[in-house]
Amino acid sequence: MSDHKKPPVLIALETATEGCSVAVAAAGTVVERADETPRGHTARLLPMLTEAMAEAGVTPGDVDAVVFGRGPGAFTGVRLAASAAQALCLAWSVPAVGVSTLAALAYGAHRRTGADRIIAVLDARMDEAYWGRYRSAPNGAGLTLMEEERVGTPEEVPRGGGDWFGAGRGFAAFPERLPPAALGCDPDALPLARDLIPPGAVALQAGEGVDAAAALPLYLRSAVHY
Amino acid sequence: MNLILGIETSCDETAAALYCPRDGLLAHAVFSQVAEHAPYGGVVPELASRDHVRKLTPLVRRVAAESGVALSDLDGVGWTRGPGLPGALMVGAAFGRTLAWGLGIPSVGVHHMEAHLLAPMLEPDPPEPPFVALLVSGGHTMLVQVAAFGRYRVLGESVDDAAGEAFDKTARLLGLDYPGGPAVARLAAEGRPSAVTLPRPMTTKPGLDFSFSGLKTAVLHAVQESDGGPGSRADIAHEFQEAVVDTLVIKSRRALDRTGCRRLIVAGGVGANARLRERLTEEAAERGFTVHYPRLELCTDNAAMVAYTGYRRLAAGFRDDMDFSVRPRWQLSELAPPVV
Ligand SMILES: Nc1ncnc2c1ncn2[C@@H]1O[C@H](COP(=O)(O)OP(=O)(O)OP(=O)(O)O)[C@@H](O)[C@H]1O
Ligand SMILES: [Mg+2]
Repeated sequence: MSDHKKPPVLIALETATEGCSVAVAAAGTVVERADETPRGHTARLLPMLTEAMAEAGVTPGDVDAVVFGRGPGAFTGVRLAASAAQALCLAWSVPAVGVSTLAALAYGAHRRTGADRIIAVLDARMDEAYWGRYRSAPNGAGLTLMEEERVGTPEEVPRGGGDWFGAGRGFAAFPERLPPAALGCDPDALPLARDLIPPGAVALQAGEGVDAAAALPLYLRSAVHY
Repeated sequence: MNLILGIETSCDETAAALYCPRDGLLAHAVFSQVAEHAPYGGVVPELASRDHVRKLTPLVRRVAAESGVALSDLDGVGWTRGPGLPGALMVGAAFGRTLAWGLGIPSVGVHHMEAHLLAPMLEPDPPEPPFVALLVSGGHTMLVQVAAFGRYRVLGESVDDAAGEAFDKTARLLGLDYPGGPAVARLAAEGRPSAVTLPRPMTTKPGLDFSFSGLKTAVLHAVQESDGGPGSRADIAHEFQEAVVDTLVIKSRRALDRTGCRRLIVAGGVGANARLRERLTEEAAERGFTVHYPRLELCTDNAAMVAYTGYRRLAAGFRDDMDFSVRPRWQLSELAPPVV
């Protein structure tokens, strides 16, 4: 196999929710570590990364890019992944790739169930949700976002456009108020770092890797909204 | 341990610095968010955290470029673990600890007040312990006995507002902008001595604790009783500054007497106050003690003091494990002394 066709070695970090996870993709396999540790992310992130890299047999010099869940989600959580990604990119001189945390939810549902129309919804607190609607791309290359991701009341989540699979704890928080999930629902799903890898690899391939300084969160909600 | 990076994000300044034990401070850079918080009359924590994550990488690159070093040359990282705003601390913690991990070098989470306290050590002719430190900042007012590096005994502290907080609240009562310290000091220069009278809180009691909330209330009454014109506002500012400075001077003198120390160091943002420096310098000459200050820009939050403290802790064998949890309410007295 010629060198430029080798899939990139990617590190992925996802800390935007109660879940904390990392993944290492190398040589066609993905090694992951995932925990549900509200407020324990700062204790778990580096031990998980150490273990996952060791198991994958990956050393810092092998890494091609750092993929991070850029949100939306808990503000402190999305900053954690972004700050750690900046530091790794500086230390290893590699680009960063920011991927939506809602995309991770959608890719996770797609991976587990094969569903090809997914609404990913997170509880945004203050009686609001973050959401994004994803659909299988016609050429089979992953999922595409239908309209811009948003924050708002559950009633504002678009209805219609066919049947949907619901993914994410927004469905647990607002069981009666979200659009019906006719294709099924996973209200307990958490976004996982391993599901940042497929969209991250596509983005890197498309030249969307960025400098460490541009590894920034996407909050969707303003800092002084309330 | 030749090259240490310092990272500071505990409140509303983002800062990075490089310290080298042989050559001293190589570079330090601070991005102050004051202008962004000013419209809200105080620090908005979420705004502060959002700024840190935008500013940290460019600041780190700037100090590296100014020093002519690459990050791969680093031997250690010091980052502020607390006390401070939780969300703001988290940015520097994740960044600083992960950078060290990625480079395979040691790091240490630093106590922000220990860093303030050690800032005078970055000046030529640094004071050697034992000494007494007067720490006067936006969130703290304390007198600390420093027997040796890492051995701190809090002799007294504010039971309510910090001195810097009193400056900031007085500024608001006088219609001045945030942050209030420098603005009150400027207005005070135009005021007349003793045109109004304010209390010197807790100076007649024997202890070393401070209280500034009563002074703030007295300022409020003075403002209400005044004609509100610029002259009387300046008179109030003048007397307020005198009252704070008198209080700090009296207690510092008392702490030196009580401990038998002949060296006083002053650190923290209020340590930039010119009148306080003038009075302490006079007092030192009269009573035969020495007083040491960091340069003005190292009084307020900066990463030079964090890099230096990181260096001292790393050199004493302190090492982070992989847990970079922050400590928003960390007391100086909880700090582990180095084992000798
Ligand atoms: N010239 C001055 N005179 C009086 N006060 C001043 C002066 N300059 C700054 N200050 C005060 O210093 C404080 C800021 O200092 P500093 O940055 O050390 O505090 P902080 O970091 O906010 O608090 P802490 O270090 O306790 O967490 C503010 O309250 C400000 O008003
Ligand atoms: Mg400070």
